[in-house]
Amino acid sequence: MKRLLSAPSFTAWVSVVLMVALFIAGASSYTGFGSTQVVLNLLIDNAFLLVIAVGMSFVILSGGIDLSVGSVLALTTMVAAWLLQVARWPAELVIVVVLLGGAAFGALQGLVIHVFKLQAFIVTLAGMFLARGLCFLISVDSITIDAPLFVTLSQTQIPLFGGAFLSPGAVIALLVLGLGLWVAHCTAFGRTVYALGGSEASALMMGLPVGRTKVAVYALSGFCASLAGLLFAFYMLSGYGQHAQGVELDAIAAVVISGTVLTGGYGYVAGALSGVLVLGLIQTLIAFDGTLSSWWTKIVIGALLFVFCAVQRLLSLKKAQS
Amino acid sequence: MSSPTLAMSSPPARAALWRHPLFRPLAALALLLAVAAVFVPGFLHLEIKDGRLYGNLIDILHRAAPLMLAALGMTLVIATRGIDVSVGAIVAISGTVACVLVAEHGLAIAFAAALGAALLCGLWNGLLVAGLGLQPIIATLILMVAGRGLAQLLTDGQIITVYEPASFFWLGAGYVLGLPVSFYVVAIVAGLTALLMKRTALGLFIQTVGINPVAARLAGVRTAAIVFFVYVYCSLGSGLAGLLISSNIKSADANNAGMLLELDAILAVTLGGGQLNGGKFSLAGSLIGALIIQTLTSTIYAMGVPPQVTMVVKAVVVFAVCISQSSFWSRRSA
Repeated sequence: MKRLLSAPSFTAWVSVVLMVALFIAGASSYTGFGSTQVVLNLLIDNAFLLVIAVGMSFVILSGGIDLSVGSVLALTTMVAAWLLQVARWPAELVIVVVLLGGAAFGALQGLVIHVFKLQAFIVTLAGMFLARGLCFLISVDSITIDAPLFVTLSQTQIPLFGGAFLSPGAVIALLVLGLGLWVAHCTAFGRTVYALGGSEASALMMGLPVGRTKVAVYALSGFCASLAGLLFAFYMLSGYGQHAQGVELDAIAAVVISGTVLTGGYGYVAGALSGVLVLGLIQTLIAFDGTLSSWWTKIVIGALLFVFCAVQRLLSLKKAQS
Repeated sequence: MSSPTLAMSSPPARAALWRHPLFRPLAALALLLAVAAVFVPGFLHLEIKDGRLYGNLIDILHRAAPLMLAALGMTLVIATRGIDVSVGAIVAISGTVACVLVAEHGLAIAFAAALGAALLCGLWNGLLVAGLGLQPIIATLILMVAGRGLAQLLTDGQIITVYEPASFFWLGAGYVLGLPVSFYVVAIVAGLTALLMKRTALGLFIQTVGINPVAARLAGVRTAAIVFFVYVYCSLGSGLAGLLISSNIKSADANNAGMLLELDAILAVTLGGGQLNGGKFSLAGSLIGALIIQTLTSTIYAMGVPPQVTMVVKAVVVFAVCISQSSFWSRRSA
């Protein structure tokens, strides 16, 4: 037991256990909860959040934070909708442009953080204001998207075994997760991110490319946010400046719940999946229950955040003592 | 006790006026008012009607009051290297508690309960940051996420509208001697805080904690108690801001009251010359920062530009201020 508690991956496993427990609790209490499609719907409904959480994992692993992701998501839906509906650009070109734009936005934030030695939190906070404000400069109203490619992607169902299906968005999200795992654990860049989160000073003395990695991490997060924006646009078929308010908090919560340490350097990108699924399961459980109101979601997520932070903190204190 | 002079380098007599720490925020405010006066005719006009002062300037003072209260608390939190992102949620909680109770239990109990709820929020934040040692942004994030949920729980997700007693509206919409009551509330809170910082060692201790928490502890400063205090203080200020807001709009909207107020408060502190790395703070600067934000918003409204555009302007201002404060420049010139 003691060895289990002191294992570094303890909180990461707790989130997996929690996920399974929530699912079993749901399946035993509500008829219809235990179907494959409910699980797949979790992925379909939270595909954009999963993509953002993968990007956020990298940022938090590197010891930073990115508060701008929700706004970059909204800006992406807005720019995509405007380019498609008003400027009448071809859909493929729009997709490339917004993805590059998101990465550039993130890279710019990373540059400001690195060059001017500013706190990531305040720079991305300003980025959050900037991206939201830019949405409303384009239009204060919602723009409906009717480009054929977007509509097709929105309606396609990819059949799996036994009549269950996934959306293209969910498949893209799972691909991003796989790619994120590979980058984090099998590339020099991934190892540098972990080293940077462990100790920036040591990483610098080891001769690692600290500046380049920092900028790349924020560029990656910006890219993920704009990809999530595209998934969101497929899902909602509209661009709107009010889309995805507070998603940055959900992403941070998902990453924390999955056991990634907020000071950086320790955690798993794979945890993004369990974290997002735990959040999704809580929402689904509350929706299935019917008597609980939606605000219980916020309260439960807050309580979970508290428990995970407190446990992480107590475990690290214990380690420091021994 | 000596007044805090650690990092607030008291300018020598020969130092030019523009070296004064309050020069830049004041100049920014003056510039903004000048721009407003040019683009919006009659912006600076004041008149007396029924014994009350009317005009855009009074309106700015009145509307900036909740932000000024939140900014005062945020100033002290940031001075200890902390941050409190739960300010908006506490505004929602305190406003909701007051509106739920006021019709049945009267004004005194409603106000006391609202401030009591804010106090509890502050104790919770303080416990997590000072007691458990969590990072401030994460510790207060918990209340930011859950707080609005708790407020909605109290109102069952409805917007609570208050019709009586009329005395409830006095705090947020009343006038005394021609000026809005909210102005006096801010003046009293700011005055008491300044007294506490200048006349006791508290201001000095807060700065010491911000400059180097470890050294402060080794020097015998009760770091945890100081940190605990600033979070409680910030929550109480936010609770009072929540009372002002709900009394002014005669209702409590658990979902939207005080939305993003924490960001504006952080912005106000930054604009007022407070260092986000802690150690250097200016209460007067933060108040001016809050006035700058409200003037900006009012000007943009008066010019007929969509109000959401203020966000772009705010973002550009934050970037500019942060970059100008960066150590990047001093290193280059050294």
